[in-house]
Amino acid sequence: MEHTSLLERILRGVALTLVVIFFMFPIVWIFMMSFQTNETILRIPPQLIFEPTLANYTALITGKLMTAAGTLDIAFMRNLGNSVFLSVTSVAVSLLLGVPAAYAFARHKFRGSEDIAFTLLSFKFAPALLVLLPLTLYFQKLGLANTYIGLIWVYQLICLPLILWIVRGYFEDIPADIEYAYRIGGHSWFATFRKIALPLAGPGIAAAGLLAFIFAWNNFVFALVLASADKQPVTVGALAFITSSGIQYGQISAAIVLSITPTLALALYAQRYLVEGLSLGAVKG
Amino acid sequence: MSQSALTISGVDKFYGPIDRGVHAVKNLTMDIAKGEIVALLGSSGCGKTSTLRMIAGFEDVSRGEIAVADRKVHTLAPVKRNVAMAFEGYSLYPPLTVRENMAFALKAARLPKSEVDAKVASIAKLLEIEDILERYPSSISGGQQQRASLGRALIREADLHLLDEPMGQLEPQLRAVLRGRIKHFIKERGLTAILVTHDQTEANALADRIAVMEGGVLQQFDTPDRIKERPANLFTGTFVGEPPMNVFEAYVGTSAGRINLRLPDGLSLDYDKDAFSAPVRDQLLSRERVVIGIRPYAVRRSKEGVPARVSANQWLGDQTHIAADFAGGSLVLVEHDRTRLDLGAPINVSIDPKNLHVFDQASGEAISHGMELA
Repeated sequence: MEHTSLLERILRGVALTLVVIFFMFPIVWIFMMSFQTNETILRIPPQLIFEPTLANYTALITGKLMTAAGTLDIAFMRNLGNSVFLSVTSVAVSLLLGVPAAYAFARHKFRGSEDIAFTLLSFKFAPALLVLLPLTLYFQKLGLANTYIGLIWVYQLICLPLILWIVRGYFEDIPADIEYAYRIGGHSWFATFRKIALPLAGPGIAAAGLLAFIFAWNNFVFALVLASADKQPVTVGALAFITSSGIQYGQISAAIVLSITPTLALALYAQRYLVEGLSLGAVKG
Repeated sequence: MSQSALTISGVDKFYGPIDRGVHAVKNLTMDIAKGEIVALLGSSGCGKTSTLRMIAGFEDVSRGEIAVADRKVHTLAPVKRNVAMAFEGYSLYPPLTVRENMAFALKAARLPKSEVDAKVASIAKLLEIEDILERYPSSISGGQQQRASLGRALIREADLHLLDEPMGQLEPQLRAVLRGRIKHFIKERGLTAILVTHDQTEANALADRIAVMEGGVLQQFDTPDRIKERPANLFTGTFVGEPPMNVFEAYVGTSAGRINLRLPDGLSLDYDKDAFSAPVRDQLLSRERVVIGIRPYAVRRSKEGVPARVSANQWLGDQTHIAADFAGGSLVLVEHDRTRLDLGAPINVSIDPKNLHVFDQASGEAISHGMELA
């Protein structure tokens, strides 16, 4: 351990606490809001002590939203399902397409390879709203509007460049000789890719996949325009809580808690795995 | 009639487009017999590693042909060439132990386990890595990784074993021991090996023949002795040998029936006409300017020699290296006794014509070595 003075330790503690409070406050506040009714939430001044209620969660899970104006049907659980399905499938498709492409870009320099790789990256430069209008027109002509296939396709704009560029870097970090050693030992090109390159780039592929998943999960605008209610992910579905009789803060909070739980859990789980994988990865040495 | 293990004919390597890219290997032609050990010797960037990688199949051959065991391979994938290789960067598989790394190719070839174990044990003993067989590459030293990588190549049965700087990371004592053992191992099994090195001691100790390369061009391909005694050109002459050969430009003249090799600073090496053999003398006298080369071991101090002035004097424990200002340059001589000479001390040196290497001034090609024409 580093030798530090008492004052230094106290100051560091204070600084860390401030940072944690700053970043955790919104999440903690939303978490608390999710256990309150609209009345207690909107009380002024806000109070830390309240009687917790599970009504928000029950409403979300049963799909029946009680408002002053009457009962409203909400499709939150379906939205959550859509989010999971869209994100998982998009990332899976992206990995399937992106990892071999990344390998090709990393290992084989061919005429125009840099240009193609850059073009793929440039998809990320275009503002989503700019792309959306023509895309919607085309998709309506093609019959892809409001289909899962259409959405997953559009989600490739988010996931594919990310995976391609991150994984490419990992492949480039693997010394080519390690693959040559495997190939000269009597193995085909494909076996080398599968047995040497993929495992060695594993942590990078996992990191890229996770990042792509989070981006896909958080996407709002593509799904808003291209999907109707039954195919919407949670990000768009949460709009349903802005009702004619007011904004349902309690339900929104509960919905947020439920919808960040999968990504949070995944990130926490994968974080451990990623750190382990990266430090064990004996590629360098 | 010895079978040919490797034939390289007219091979060019360009990085980038042919005829416009970087020309790394130029019109290389070599023939290596089965059972030979050949060293590719040269400084960094001379094309030796490119050559090795073309043989292995990791680099395309831009022009020309390569045949392994009389089988054209230059368009085949590495896996089909039946060559084994030890890589300069070791390139061990990180998730496998040293034992698994070494046994890998044998297992892939479906050898019985008992045979694999026996082979690994014998190679491990040869390379002194028995105690680290169960460890992972990331937990062993560079030298150990290098030996594991060497073991992984030597354990295989292949038409050709390619060794890229196989002992660069080893400590000197171990290197000397392993050199002997590896040579014995290769010879005993009748393997053919090509090693790439920039260490001439290693090349001399291991190789039957040395291919000296520079600037992508094969300078000379001959036995270690002949390379040392009969360097084909100025490059080989100065590149091989430690300390390097002394070279001076000289004007050829005659006076009073003697041949004068006039050096800068008004110095002159004078020899009787009869000191040279007739063909060498004719060659010398037909030229105006030549470059002469003298090995440091061949320079003698003598009373009536040409004057020089000591500029450095190093006792290396078994020999003395004396550098002297001479003819506008520096002359190095080696003596086996400890010599007490102060800096600036005047000495006189003489050079026996038998030890004189003469090179063409323009092309650098050798003209004569001692009494014989090149």
